Amino acid sequence: MDILNALILLLNYIFIPALTYGSQLALGAIFVTLIYGILRFANFATGDMMSFGTMVTILFTWYFQSLGISLGVLPTALIAIPFGILFMIIYMLSIDKFVFKYYRANKSPPVQLAMVSIGVMFVTQAVVRIIIGPSDQRFFDGEKFIIKAREFKEMTGLNEGLALKSTQVITVLVTIVLVSLLFWFLNKTKTGKSMKAYSDNEDLALLSGIDPKKIVMITWIIAGILATIGGALYGLDKSFKPFTYFNNMLPIFAAAIVGGIGNPFGAFLGGYVIAFSEIFLTYAYKKFFMYILPASMEPEGLVQLLSTDYKFAVSFSILVIVLLYRPSGIFKGKVL
Amino acid sequence: MIVLIILVGIFQSWNIALSIFNMCLISAVMTMGANIQWGYAGLINFGIMGYTALGGLAAVLISVDPVQEAWSAGGFDILMCLWLIIALVLIIRFILKNFQKSKVRTYAIAVLIISGILLIRFTAEPGIEAIEDINPAKTGFLGGFGLPIIFSWIVGAFFAGGLAFIVGKVALGLRADYLAIATLLISEIVIAIIKHEDWLTRGVKNVIGLKRPAPYEVDLQTTDWFINLVEKFNSGKLELISNLSDRQAALNQLVIEGSSVFVKLCYSGLFLTVVIILLILTQKALYSPWGRMMRAIRDNEEAANAMGKNVVKQHLLIFILGSAIVGIAGAMLVTQDGLFTPGSYRPMRYTFLIWVMVIVGGSGNNFGAILGGFAVWFLWIEAAPIALFLINFFTAGMSETHALKLHLIESVPYFRFLMMGLGLLLIMRYRPKGILPEKIEIK
Repeated sequence: MDILNALILLLNYIFIPALTYGSQLALGAIFVTLIYGILRFANFATGDMMSFGTMVTILFTWYFQSLGISLGVLPTALIAIPFGILFMIIYMLSIDKFVFKYYRANKSPPVQLAMVSIGVMFVTQAVVRIIIGPSDQRFFDGEKFIIKAREFKEMTGLNEGLALKSTQVITVLVTIVLVSLLFWFLNKTKTGKSMKAYSDNEDLALLSGIDPKKIVMITWIIAGILATIGGALYGLDKSFKPFTYFNNMLPIFAAAIVGGIGNPFGAFLGGYVIAFSEIFLTYAYKKFFMYILPASMEPEGLVQLLSTDYKFAVSFSILVIVLLYRPSGIFKGKVL
Repeated sequence: MIVLIILVGIFQSWNIALSIFNMCLISAVMTMGANIQWGYAGLINFGIMGYTALGGLAAVLISVDPVQEAWSAGGFDILMCLWLIIALVLIIRFILKNFQKSKVRTYAIAVLIISGILLIRFTAEPGIEAIEDINPAKTGFLGGFGLPIIFSWIVGAFFAGGLAFIVGKVALGLRADYLAIATLLISEIVIAIIKHEDWLTRGVKNVIGLKRPAPYEVDLQTTDWFINLVEKFNSGKLELISNLSDRQAALNQLVIEGSSVFVKLCYSGLFLTVVIILLILTQKALYSPWGRMMRAIRDNEEAANAMGKNVVKQHLLIFILGSAIVGIAGAMLVTQDGLFTPGSYRPMRYTFLIWVMVIVGGSGNNFGAILGGFAVWFLWIEAAPIALFLINFFTAGMSETHALKLHLIESVPYFRFLMMGLGLLLIMRYRPKGILPEKIEIK
C-alpha cells in the first residue's frame, strides 16, 4: 500500500506536470529548430511570437464567450485557436516579407539575422503589451478537473490523491496529434522532403528545382501553427502573461539545442528532457521516502537536491553541459 | 545629444535632466564594454545582465558594514564551504591534468562533482539557516567589508572579469549564435544564484541604504557654505522678493532643489571621469598593435592563426576585458541608486537594450558606443512622453472618453519597446554599421 502511495505521489507531483510542461516546451522547441534548420538563424523572438498567437486566441475566446458560444466541458479556447493560427501566420509572413527577406536575399551571416530577430522581439513585445496589457490573463473555462484529488482518495482508499487537470490531458493529446502529423508531413510528403533537402544543402536543393520561396512560406506556416498551439496550451494550463512567455524562450532554446538543433525529433524529446530534469531535481522527496522507508529511517530535511528557485538554472546547466560535451546535441543535429 | 538633455533640463527639470545624463553615462560604459567584445573582436556576449549584477553585488559586498552576529553564527560553515569548493576545483584540475581522457575519467569527475555539491549543501545548510535567522527584517546576511563604495567599482570589474574567465573557458569555442544563447543562459543562472542565496545578497529582500561617495541632501541643506552658494547663484531672483520671510522661504525651497541637483552633479563628475578614462584607454588600445591584431582576428580568424597569433587566448582576454568594463558599470549603477535589487535584473533591460545601443551607435567605434548609450537611453526614458504626445495628436478628433484613446494612453509605457525595436530594425536595414561607423586609418 505504501509503495502504491509513493507511486501516486510521484505521478501526481512529478510525472504529470513534467509531461505537460515538456509537451509545451517541445512544441516551442520544434518551432525554434525548424526556423534554425531552414531559415538558418536563432530566432530570439520565439517567446514573443508565441505570446502574440496566444493573445489573438484569447481575444477570440473572449469574443466567443461574449456571443455565448462554448464547447461545454471543453475550454472555448479550442475553437479560438484556429483563428489565432490564422492571424499568427499572417503576422509571421508579413514580418518575413518586410524584415527577414532582405537579409536572406543578401546572404547575411546568421548573427545579423539573430540581431534582426531581436528587433522583431522588441516590436512584437510592444504590440502584445499595447493590445492586451502586461498583466495576467486567464481565459480558461469548462471543466477544470478530470479526476479530483479528493474523489480519487475516496475511490481508491489511498492516502495520496491524484489530480488530473483537463488542460493537462488536452495538452498531451494535442501535442501527440500535432507532432505525429508534423513528422508524417516532413517524412512522407513531397513538400516535407523538399524542406529537409533544403535544410540539408541549400545549393543542391535549389539545383534540383526546389522553390525556396515556397519552402520559406511553408516553414513560417508550420511555425505559426506550432507557436500558437504551444503558446495557447501553456496559457490554458498556467496563465497568460507576456513576460512569462518571453522568459520561456530560454528553456525552449535549451530544449532545442539539447535535442540537437535543426533536428525536429530531437527538439521534441529535448523538451521532455528539460522538463523532467527541472522537476526531478527540484522536487522535495521527503514524503516519498516517508512512504517507502521504515519509520526509523525517515529523512529529516526535505531531501531536495536543489531548491525550486533554481528551476530555470537546472535546464541551463544541462544545456551548458551538453554544449561542452556534445555540441551537436543528444540526437545529432547540425554540428556547431 | 547634450543639447537634448539641456532641453529636458529647461522644459522638465534639471533634476530629471541630470538623472538621465547620469544613466546615459552608465549606459555608455556598459556599451563600451559590449563594443570592445563585439566591435573589436566579433564576440557576441548576451550575458551583460549577469556581469552588471555581479558589479552590483560587488558594491554591496564592499560597502555594507559586516554583520558580526551573522559571522559568528554561520561564518565558519560558509568558510568551510569555500574551502570545500576550492578543494573540489583543485582535485578536478589534478585529475584532468594527470589522467588520459577516457570514459572512466569523465564519470569519475561527474561523480565527484555531484557528491561534492551534496557535501557542500550539507555543510552549508546549518550556517545559512543561522545567518538568515539573524534579524531577517534588517540583515539576515553576512554583510560586506564596510569600505568606501568607490572601491567596489574596481572589485566589480574583477568579479565580472572572473566570471568572464570561466564563461570564456567554457563557451568561447562555440559558433556565434550559440555563444549568444549560451551567455544569455549563463547570465540567467548568475541572476538565479544572486536572487536566491539570501545569506550573501539578501536576495529579493534587496539591500537598501548603501553608502554614498557623494554628500547626502539632508546634510547639504544645513551646511552654511552650500546655502551661501545657492544664495549667490540666485541672488537676482531673491532680491526681487522684498518681504524678508518670503525671501527666506524661497531660499529654503531653492536649497532643497539645489541639494539634489548638487548630489547628482557629484555623481556626474565621478561617472564622467570613468567614461573619459575608459575612452582614452580604449582609443589607445584600438590604434595600438594589439588593436590591429584584434581586428585581424575578427576579420579573418584562420589567417591570423596562421600568422602565429593565439586566437583562443586573445578571444578570452578580450572577453574578460569587456566584461570587466560592464562590471564597473554595474557597480556604478548600484552606487548611484544606493540600493541593490536582484529582482530588477531582467534580460530585456540589461542585455538587449545594451545591444541596441551597441548596434545603433556603431560597433567598433568607441565614440559610436558612447553616442549609442546616450541616444538610446534618452529615447528609452523620453519614449513615453513622446508617445503620449503623438497619441494625443493623432486621436485629437476623438472624444476624451473614447475607449481606443483611453486604452492607448494607458499603454503608453510600452511604446518604448516599439520605438527600440523599430529603431534597431531601421538601423540594421539602412545603416548596418551604425550611426558612427568604424573608422580605420591606415598610416
